[in-house]
Amino acid sequence: MKQSITLGKVTKFMGLGFLNTFKDLFTGKLEKEDYINFLRKSVVPLASILLFIGLWHLGAKSLYNTEAEFKIEKALKDQGPEAAEAMRACIASGDTSCQPNTLPSPSQVWTSYKSLLKDHRIIKADKLAFAEKTAALNEKRVAAGKDAITYTGRPSFVDQIFRSLRTVFAGFLLALLIAVPLGIFIGLSPTLKSSFNWFIQIFKPVSPVVWYLLVFMIVKTLLIDSNEDSSFTISFISVGLCSMWATLVNTAMGVSSVDKDYINVAKVLKLGSFQKIFKVVLPSSLPLIFTGLKITLSVAWMVLIAIELLAQSPGLGLFVWEEFQNGANDSNAKIIVAMFVIGIIGFLLDRLMLTIQNAVSFDKTDAI
Amino acid sequence: MAYLELNNIHKTYGQGDNATEVLSNINLSIEEGEFVAIVGFTGSGKTTLVNLINGLIEPTKGEVLFKGQPVQGTSHERGVIFQNYSLLPWLTVAQNVFMAVKEAFPKKSKKELNEIVEQYVEMVSLTPAINKRPKELSGGMRQRVAVARALAMKPEMIIMDEPLGALDALTRGNLQDEILNIWGKDRRTALLITNDVDEGIYMADRIIPLRPGPNATLGPEFKIDIERPRDKTEMNDNANFKETRNAIIEYLMDIGDERKSQAKQEFVLPELSPKDFVNQFK
Repeated sequence: MKQSITLGKVTKFMGLGFLNTFKDLFTGKLEKEDYINFLRKSVVPLASILLFIGLWHLGAKSLYNTEAEFKIEKALKDQGPEAAEAMRACIASGDTSCQPNTLPSPSQVWTSYKSLLKDHRIIKADKLAFAEKTAALNEKRVAAGKDAITYTGRPSFVDQIFRSLRTVFAGFLLALLIAVPLGIFIGLSPTLKSSFNWFIQIFKPVSPVVWYLLVFMIVKTLLIDSNEDSSFTISFISVGLCSMWATLVNTAMGVSSVDKDYINVAKVLKLGSFQKIFKVVLPSSLPLIFTGLKITLSVAWMVLIAIELLAQSPGLGLFVWEEFQNGANDSNAKIIVAMFVIGIIGFLLDRLMLTIQNAVSFDKTDAI
Repeated sequence: MAYLELNNIHKTYGQGDNATEVLSNINLSIEEGEFVAIVGFTGSGKTTLVNLINGLIEPTKGEVLFKGQPVQGTSHERGVIFQNYSLLPWLTVAQNVFMAVKEAFPKKSKKELNEIVEQYVEMVSLTPAINKRPKELSGGMRQRVAVARALAMKPEMIIMDEPLGALDALTRGNLQDEILNIWGKDRRTALLITNDVDEGIYMADRIIPLRPGPNATLGPEFKIDIERPRDKTEMNDNANFKETRNAIIEYLMDIGDERKSQAKQEFVLPELSPKDFVNQFK
C-alpha cells in the first residue's frame, strides 16, 4: 500500500480538521452531503462568531447607556441642571475626558488592537535606532570589559507576548523535567508511591498565588547577592511548580497501570528492568503522560497571568494589571485585546501539544 | 523421567475466607516431542494452568518440574503464545519479533538477529507486512506474529494458551495447519490449551479434559491414534476420530451436568417491576 502525505491528513493530524472543508470547496467534486458538511463545519461556526460579536455589541451599548445615564443623574444631583446638560453634551461629543468607563464594544477593541500594533512598530523602530546609536559605543565598552548599554525603554505589547511565552515554556520545561522522571519512579515503586502520596495530595490544590509567594521567599534569599531582575526566574519556577501536578499524577498512573499482557510479555521474554521500562512501560504509558503534559501546558498558560502580575514580570499578566491600574480611556479595550490574545495562544498551544502527542504515541487514530 | 511434570498442583487465589481453589490436585506428565492438548470450558482454570507451567505464577502446593528441575520464573526454553496475541502495539512486526530474538540470543550480531527475524516472519508468511504495526493487521495475522515471536526464540517447548480462540473458523483452520506444519519440522514438545475438542483431536497426540473449576482437576486422558499428516475432511469419516470425539464430548457434557446438579446455591430474583415513567413526570 502506497502511503502519501496529503494536506488533509496533515490538518487532521494537527486537530484542525475543519480546515479541510475549505479545501474541498476549492477543489470541487462536491456531493450534497459535502455541502451540508461544509455548512455545518464552516458557515455555522462563522455565524455563531458573528452572533457573539452582535450580542457583545448590544450588551456593551446598553452598559454604556446605563453608565452615561448614571453620570448625568449624578451631575444633576451634585451640581445642578446646567452641569447635567454639560455632561450630556460632553458624552455625546465623544470627548475622552468624560466617556463612561464600562465594557468596551467590539469596534473599540479592534481600534485598541490596531493602536497596540502601531505602538509596537514605534517601539521597534525606537529600539533599532537605539541599537544603531549605541553600536560603536558598546563595542568600545565591551572591549574595555564593561557591560554593554541595553535598551531600557517600555516593552511593546508584542514584546510582552513573547516574554510570556518564554516564561511559560521555561516553566513547562521545568515541570516536564521534574514531573516525568518523578512520576516514573513513583509509578514503578509502591513504596515511593505511598511515601509521596501525602506530598502530592497536599501540594496539588495549592493556589498559584501561594506558590509564587513560596518561590519568592526562596529565590529572593538565593539571589540575594545578584543585582539582576529575578522576576523572570521567580515567575517561571512558580509556573512550573503550579502546573506540574497533572503530569506527575498522570505519569505515575500510566506507569503503574500498564496492561498486564505487556508485563507478561516482558516477563516471558525475560527483559531486563532497563529494557522493560524503556521498551514496554514507557511506550505504553506515553498517551497518559501526554495527556498530563497537555493539561500542564494549559494550566501553565492559565496561571501565568496571575503569577506575572504578582512577580511584576513584564508579560501579558503585568500588561493586563497595568492597564487596569492605568484607567485610561482605552484601558478596558486593551484588557479585552489581551484576553483574546491569551485565549488564542492557549488554543494554539493545545493544538501544538496534540500534534506532538499524535506524532510520538502509538495509539494513532489516523496516522500519516 | 518425563519432560514436563506437574505433581499434585494446587493453586489458590485470595486468602482466608475469600480463598478460592482454582486448581486442585493436577497431575500431568508430558514426554519429549509430544503434542498434548488440554480441553476445557471457559473459566475452568486453563490460563492459570498455563501460567503455572510457563512460570508466570507459582503453585500454592505441589511442584512443576521441567526436565527434572523445578520451574522458577519464566524461561526462554518455554515459548508462550498468548490467547490475546500480546503484541506490543508501538512496535512493528519485525521489531516485535526482534525484541524476543535479541533477548534469546544476546551474543549474536544485529545482522544475524535480523536474519532470524526475517526467516521466522517468512515462515508465518508475513514478509509483506513486516514493517506494519499490529493495529494494521487482522486477528489471524497478529496471531501469526505471536507464533513467529514465540518460535524465533527457538524454545524447547511451546505452550499455547487458546491461541486461536478469538479467530473465525476459516482463519482458525488455516492457522491450525500452519502451526502443525511448523511443529512437524522439528517436533518440539507442545502443549495446547483449547476449548475446541475438534481442534484438540486434529492437532494433538493426547487430549486431557480439564474438569471445570473451582477445584479444577484433570480428567482421564484420550489418546489420538490418527496418523500424521492428518487431513481434516478425511478425518470426519474416520471411525477412530468419531469415537474419540464422542467420548470426549460425552465426558465434558457429563461433568457439566454433574456440576449443575451439584449446584446447591439457589438464586432468588429480586422483586422488581418496571418504573412507572408516566406517573413520574406528572
